[in-house]
Amino acid sequence: MAAAEKQAVTGAGPFNGLLTWIDQRFPLMETWRTHLSEYYAPKNFNFWYYFGSLALFVLVIQIATGIFLTMNYKPDAAQAFASVEYIMREVPWGWWIRYMHSTGASFFFICVYLHMFRAMLYGSYRKPRELLWIFGMLIFLCLMAEAFFGYLLPWGQMSYWGAQVIVNLFDAIPVIGPDVAIWIRGDFVVSDVTLNRFFAYHVIAVPLALLALVVAHLLALHEVGSSNPDGVEIKNVKDPKTGRPLDGIPFHPYYTVKDTFGVVVFLIVFSIVVFFAPEAGGYFLEHNNFIPADPLKTPAHIAPVWYFTPYYSILRATTDEFVLWVLAPGVVAFALLLIWSLKKIATRIAVGVIAIVLLAGLLNLDAKVWGVVLMGTSVMIFFFLPWLDRSPVRSIRYKGPITKTALTLFVIVFFVLGYLGTESVTEGRTLAAQIGTASYFLFFFLMPWYSRMDKCLPEPERVTSK
Amino acid sequence: MSDQSSVNRSRRSLVIASACAGGAAAVATTVPFAASMLPSERAEALGAPVEADIGQLNPGEKMTVEWRGQPVWILHRTKEMLEEIKQTDGKVADPNSERKKAELTPVYARNEYRSIKPEYLVVVGICSHLGCSPQDRLKAGPEAFESQWTGGFYCPCHGSLFDLAGRVYKNKPAPDNLKVPPYTYLSDTRILIGEDKNA
Repeated sequence: MAAAEKQAVTGAGPFNGLLTWIDQRFPLMETWRTHLSEYYAPKNFNFWYYFGSLALFVLVIQIATGIFLTMNYKPDAAQAFASVEYIMREVPWGWWIRYMHSTGASFFFICVYLHMFRAMLYGSYRKPRELLWIFGMLIFLCLMAEAFFGYLLPWGQMSYWGAQVIVNLFDAIPVIGPDVAIWIRGDFVVSDVTLNRFFAYHVIAVPLALLALVVAHLLALHEVGSSNPDGVEIKNVKDPKTGRPLDGIPFHPYYTVKDTFGVVVFLIVFSIVVFFAPEAGGYFLEHNNFIPADPLKTPAHIAPVWYFTPYYSILRATTDEFVLWVLAPGVVAFALLLIWSLKKIATRIAVGVIAIVLLAGLLNLDAKVWGVVLMGTSVMIFFFLPWLDRSPVRSIRYKGPITKTALTLFVIVFFVLGYLGTESVTEGRTLAAQIGTASYFLFFFLMPWYSRMDKCLPEPERVTSK
Repeated sequence: MSDQSSVNRSRRSLVIASACAGGAAAVATTVPFAASMLPSERAEALGAPVEADIGQLNPGEKMTVEWRGQPVWILHRTKEMLEEIKQTDGKVADPNSERKKAELTPVYARNEYRSIKPEYLVVVGICSHLGCSPQDRLKAGPEAFESQWTGGFYCPCHGSLFDLAGRVYKNKPAPDNLKVPPYTYLSDTRILIGEDKNA
């Protein structure tokens, strides 16, 4: 659009001239309108809708504190541990910046998990929001990578052995695994080389990807519009005169104010942890990580930080017996269920072939390989939620008792697996983790059936709000 | 979509050909970057053999030396310990060290005790599951993880168990026995780890 065709900006008082000058050279007002003042969000957002903007807020905290940490941190195996202690003890306010960053990591996951749970509650991932959900999941994967790479940097015992265990997961890949693990480490063991490259990933590579994905996530959201606790499209009922959704309100000022309130409450809770319990009893900062890395001695009890423990439990639960008595029969049963449900002969045959190949693998490859596969699947399965959920309604408000029970059980199982992942191994706990692992996957793999057969209530025409 | 008649065929072929050539060049450019992440010459050179003096190692004691950044254990086994190894034959997954033997067990250690001299066990103290270093549980007696424990090693990470010959117990996350490194006796009290007579 040529500069002369644009109207002058009004309503900004003394800044009208400046804003007009910018707007004629940059799509300032158009961007403002599209994404804020004329982005119509449903009026019935509740508590669960705080966590998206809070996650964005934590990202800002992490980037800001991260920049200042790199000013004093040394990515060198001989100096890393000492440089973190230097930040904690000698750099003015260094302790505060570091505790903000370490606490921020845990709060990032809290926000993202609650944000994801919101999507599961209200079916926010359903058509046409599949790509929005996939971008969100990619952000989640980046976040896990970011947390993992960052955790090596203090070069404590848990840093070292955590990295050792996770890099060795790749070692389980048949044939190429050992070489892949060496390539990732850049050495035959986790060493200075590994620390240096993890630093590069943590401060440059992953944050760039993360920011790009956040932009894609927001653009996708603003393309399809926000969902809401009723799971009905506000675009379906528009004011005939203005063409605006009747149940929509402009994001700015309504939700900018609401989210600012959320940020204030968040900061109160966040500050309490940062100032009074930054280690959170060993859950946010593990005790063993206050001991410098020793490649010759694994700590007596090692566990990942809390946000990884559910998947870690699944990894540990996969023993030879579990593969033989649970996984193998599970694959057979699921293949039969699929063959029974599918109509086309070609897809039936394909399912049968895949099941036989899987079964051959299950009986021949090490349980270690399958532990890694199950752990990977337990994260990646979330990507498929938009297609696994076949319910006629989106929101839990109108879903039936089966879905409600399944989701409740899933949350319980997620917490139980999370707890078990922080504890050492005993026979009883392994059994509990195995039951949890089986339930975890049943929730997803049976969803296409139970979500369809559930007795749902009719969705309302318009959003409901009290 | 586009008007077929207006397409210049030869020009389109040139566009496709140059896009392919450019794409191939872009893919080839990733090779040096990926290769730069492999171990450097210096990292490879650090794999030199190390010597250990076992003269001071009393029966029942264990020492650890560092070889290629990994812990190598030398355990002086007592007569009772050697007896206990015989008892675990039925409990371990691979009693005769037959799995991946080229990689894990040199020819001279392919015996029940997995060592050159029965008294001295030499193994890399890294669990074959995900690379943690197992802990000593050398004494026989009931343990939380195994009520009829006959001595060995316990991995704190994922609960794998190994007997006093570094053989992995059945139905544990770890698939393989502990690796016996190449080693040789320079004299009765000195061991060279990282090189054997065949090398």
